[in-house]
Amino acid sequence: MALTGLQIYKLLPQTNCKECGFPTCLAFAMKLAAKQAELSACPYVSEEAKAQLDAASAPPIRLVVVEGPGHKVEAGNETVIFRHEKTFYHPPGLFLRVKDSWPLEQVKGAAKEAMDYIVTYVGMNLHLDGVAVESASGNPEAFAAAVKAVREVTDRPLILMASDPAVLKAGLAAADGTRPLLYAATAENWQAVAEVAKAANVPVAVRADSLDGLADLTEKVKGVGIQDIVLDPGVRDPAGTLVTLTHLRRLALKKNFRPLGFPIITFPGEGASDVIEEAQLAAEHIAKYAGFIVLDRFAPEMAYALLAWRVNIYTNPQEPIKVQPGVYEINNPTADSPVMITTNFSITYFSVANEVDGSGLPGWLLVADAEGMSVLTAWAAGKFDAEKIAKTVKTTGIEEKINHRKLIIPGAVAVLMGEVEEELPGWQILVGPREAVDLPGYLKLWKSF
Amino acid sequence: MPVEIPVEQWPGRVIEETLGATPAEGGTRSRVVKVGGENTLPFMLTDGEMPNPPRIAIEILDQRPKDWSPLLLEAWGDVVDDPAKWAKAAEEAGADLVLLQLSLTRDGGKPTTAADAKALTRAVLQATGLPILVFGPGQVDADNELLVAVAEEAAGERIVLGICEEKNYRTIVAAALANGHLVNGRTAMDVNLAKQLNILIADMGLPLDRIIMDPTTASLGYGIEYGYSVMERLRLAALQGDKMTQLPMLVTPGFEAWRQKEAKVGEGVPASWGDWRQRAVLWETLTATNLILSGADIVVLRHPETVKRVRAFIDRMMAK
Ligand code: SF4
Repeated sequence: MALTGLQIYKLLPQTNCKECGFPTCLAFAMKLAAKQAELSACPYVSEEAKAQLDAASAPPIRLVVVEGPGHKVEAGNETVIFRHEKTFYHPPGLFLRVKDSWPLEQVKGAAKEAMDYIVTYVGMNLHLDGVAVESASGNPEAFAAAVKAVREVTDRPLILMASDPAVLKAGLAAADGTRPLLYAATAENWQAVAEVAKAANVPVAVRADSLDGLADLTEKVKGVGIQDIVLDPGVRDPAGTLVTLTHLRRLALKKNFRPLGFPIITFPGEGASDVIEEAQLAAEHIAKYAGFIVLDRFAPEMAYALLAWRVNIYTNPQEPIKVQPGVYEINNPTADSPVMITTNFSITYFSVANEVDGSGLPGWLLVADAEGMSVLTAWAAGKFDAEKIAKTVKTTGIEEKINHRKLIIPGAVAVLMGEVEEELPGWQILVGPREAVDLPGYLKLWKSF
Repeated sequence: MPVEIPVEQWPGRVIEETLGATPAEGGTRSRVVKVGGENTLPFMLTDGEMPNPPRIAIEILDQRPKDWSPLLLEAWGDVVDDPAKWAKAAEEAGADLVLLQLSLTRDGGKPTTAADAKALTRAVLQATGLPILVFGPGQVDADNELLVAVAEEAAGERIVLGICEEKNYRTIVAAALANGHLVNGRTAMDVNLAKQLNILIADMGLPLDRIIMDPTTASLGYGIEYGYSVMERLRLAALQGDKMTQLPMLVTPGFEAWRQKEAKVGEGVPASWGDWRQRAVLWETLTATNLILSGADIVVLRHPETVKRVRAFIDRMMAK
């Protein structure tokens, strides 16, 4: 947690020599506390004070990075417990687990299917983040072979899972050129595993069944000189996970408890018996504080739902996702194609645009500047009224592009029809469907309106 | 290293409300259902208690749904032609509560009358022993007319009347007052609007333990994060001691999820969306699960498989 100006002042030389550019050490300390000055401006600060100040300015949850040649996952560095307090910053990495006891073709097939998966959601291409390879065989060669097989099908980051340091070492050699996460150091093997992680300069997860044990382990691992640590508190059921992960987030943010100030790894599949149940647990972990999530099942519908949920929860609540207002051409519209209007809330825009696009019918889509609100919300807030609709029609220059004067307004704001007619003399106002999903059917009949 | 568990005790508590009345209490329900009463964030049972788990209501319509997904029609079968049978099937599917949704018109496009609404309410009350909620079509004039009739017909049953909004709350609240019911107060997703409506309703003399708040919600993928955060904020305000937010919350993930293409349709969607049947149930299930994690006390669902999934999750979360 950040120190106050007075706490910082106590660590400064207190000679008021002014070389930092401030009249007194106290003034400098105040600026440091406000993050408006750099400690390096004072030439006389002691090494010890520097170390203390550095530690105090470190984020309460350490940022841990795992990386493959083609993708990286950053977890941690969160600053709030509830997203509305500011925002959540680093979406948890979603990994699929494969095991080295499977035939190599199966390892490859499972990894490839999950890593090739892409889904488009509000204009973004979403995908899973990497593969966790688990040593079920306990055999270093088998593990290395499985890691190699996975690397043949993906360049995304890996999690290497084994309890035997020799197996981890073999996996690391096969993962050369990437920065995987090693899983896991426990009370039994921590020394050897920490040494492997240190030699390779990669992050390591620690696992214990109590927070006391977990804090012991992180302190020991830190003692070896490792900073990049990930926590597995050993809970697998959804209730225990929620409570424990909430405790960990509170300890880090509210108590500034350094031994547990690290991102957390979860295994929803271990607490679930099928795809839907695993998705429910993973959804909980996305909302409540996981940094890495290792899935045991892959299905496209599950991946889509979880990826969309992750975007939703990690959207900055202070900034609605908006699209640029203006006129959008869909399926090469011509002068006699229909004209529709909607708002610039990205989910609204993409719902409408996807339906028109999918219908195969050409259309002009006008997007009004409704401050990133959906149709109904914007209407209720006075940001999508007859005047705004008329203004959008006039300023987008749509009138020069078409040879008719028919405008489709969303069914949800049917009440605006009369007012829009008054604002746009010469235009015929048509009330479209309430839901975007009904647009294709509506557009097929449009010529007859 | 001993780690001190960071327990958070809150000064506030959500009001516990009772839905339904047994014969001993002047109704005909075979049991009552209590909602709310928690003095902790959802499932944080190390901080406080949740005397009642989140409850599941199943939504039934007063006639065969015209625009519901074929998956829903398939799941319920022929009972959708008869609200009484549907109510019974909902009870068998594991509902805690049955929500009867009235439509604007009846067969042939005739407006639903007060007499229709009474008969439908009576039929549902006779078919199930669960406490019920009755929602109007969502058009002010029709809601006023139909819900007053419903309230009279169900006098003494402690049903929940909805939707009670800023533009019609007076009529609905008066009907609830006169006949011993509760109201479901709905506002657009906004903390202050929700509070304001609660104040307006309470000012008419309806006790707080007969008001449920419905902050409106959205589906997974379609703005759910707004609903999620509004509920978290309302619940935190309640726990911090703000009286006018200390009410159980009801949301409608079933309605929200099933109007989205992900659940509703199986054709003309990207291959990356995967298997339709599983996706549809997943969409409703995750929408409901996530809203429960942000503080929902009642979720209104549509698909029987979702009911099982959400129930299983709640049971696991409440297990000691
Ligand atoms: S340079 Fe250092 S010692 Fe000198 S006034 Fe600034 S803070 Fe104090």
